[in-house]
Amino acid sequence: MRKCYFDHVATNPLHPDVLNAMMPYFKEEFGNPLSVYDLGINARDAIENARASVASLINAKPSTIIFTSSGAEANNFALRGIALAKQNQGKHVIVSKVEHHSILNSARFLEKSGFAVTYLPVDKYGLVDPDVVKDSITKETILISVAHASSEIGSIEPIKEIAAIAKEKNIILHTDAVATTGNIPVDVKELGVDLLSMTAHQFYGPKGAGALYVREGLRIVPLIYGGIQEGGRRAGTENVPAIVGMGKAAELAKNEMGRRMEHCKKLRDRIIESVLKIPNVYLTGHPEKRLPHHASFVVEFIEGEAMLLMLSMKGIYAASGSACSSKALKSSPVLLSLGIPSALAQGSIVFSLGMDNTDEDVDYFINEFPQIINKLREMSPFAKGWGKAGEGEKCYTG
Amino acid sequence: MKFVHDLKADVTADIVYMMCPMHLLKLDEMIKGLEKGQVLEILTDYDGALEDIPQWCEKTGNEFIGMDEDEDYYKFYVKKTGNGQ
Repeated sequence: MRKCYFDHVATNPLHPDVLNAMMPYFKEEFGNPLSVYDLGINARDAIENARASVASLINAKPSTIIFTSSGAEANNFALRGIALAKQNQGKHVIVSKVEHHSILNSARFLEKSGFAVTYLPVDKYGLVDPDVVKDSITKETILISVAHASSEIGSIEPIKEIAAIAKEKNIILHTDAVATTGNIPVDVKELGVDLLSMTAHQFYGPKGAGALYVREGLRIVPLIYGGIQEGGRRAGTENVPAIVGMGKAAELAKNEMGRRMEHCKKLRDRIIESVLKIPNVYLTGHPEKRLPHHASFVVEFIEGEAMLLMLSMKGIYAASGSACSSKALKSSPVLLSLGIPSALAQGSIVFSLGMDNTDEDVDYFINEFPQIINKLREMSPFAKGWGKAGEGEKCYTG
Repeated sequence: MKFVHDLKADVTADIVYMMCPMHLLKLDEMIKGLEKGQVLEILTDYDGALEDIPQWCEKTGNEFIGMDEDEDYYKFYVKKTGNGQ
């Protein structure tokens, strides 16, 4: 049976060149980067080379990159670190409603710690309106955090416009760029952000390596206390192989980005075109301002989890929302924020493409997916009276 | 402790919120890059620096000019007078 991995926003396979670059640091180059002898120096040099590659990917200086264990850690670090560093200037933080759990739960933690948090609404495509950001700012606002793109709906947010507002009001802006870094061009200077989170496994690097860009001169309170790793801003002996892998993945992503985007966009457009031919299926997220490897939908009358199960029986691997929501079997707060009714949000399905996918994979998918939808709708009590799927009155007009 | 106010430094190292012993590592790194007679300003919130920085100056033969306090961090001033370090 053909295997089609269409879940690249969950994670990516490791690029073979990345694995080769990492291998010596699992074996003979096992030194602690803080050790003064050659093994330590080699590990330290490897980390600094990786830092330079990651910085280059986002057009930043190497000294502005702090390695973390994940994108989630980078997001926690950004929100809590800036809130604590700036709390004497104000105790109001703004985040959007379509953020990842690592932002939303950090924001909830801040609320419990005495900060006020505004959760920005989004439009039907999941986009934040910069004017609403402007209106939400108070004299107490110290930090705004809006994701560069959502891994659930693929929409790319107007960060540059939000940055202009934040700069005018002298407010720190963080963006969670986990879904975009290494997949589309990300330039911290062009975006105008003060902090940016990323993770290696979203661009064919290893799990266990992420990074936070912190603009030069910006103070941030550490999340993890201990030794002087990462310039005294993030303690803990470094995961050298993973950091080396992140550096190599960043170098490859920078060199191959155009080709990767073109490849994925072509496949994505075929998926969107074919899926939207199925009646009562709707694209979620913005039709144009979206990640080139991302196609997300809601399918009426059936559940995302059932689709995932049947797809996986055919060797097709997808997601039904964020990796976290999917496990919890609850309606995605991101989809609900778009105004999608709860019942319809249960029919969420996300396909995300990568370099390992081919036209033949998409041919296979285009043949299998409508049959799966038909089978599930035949079993669905909600589709009663519809007869064959696709016939009948359309009841969702959102 | 000697307090000074409105002192103009040639170079500033802002290491507020950075963990110990970054205040000593940064001091060592920055002073190496200065000419003799130039003044380094170190901004830190680390209380241990109150003892460590004057002691470091004594040990390395550099002049500890004094310190100042901001709302939530200290400012230390060191003049490079020592050779090398």
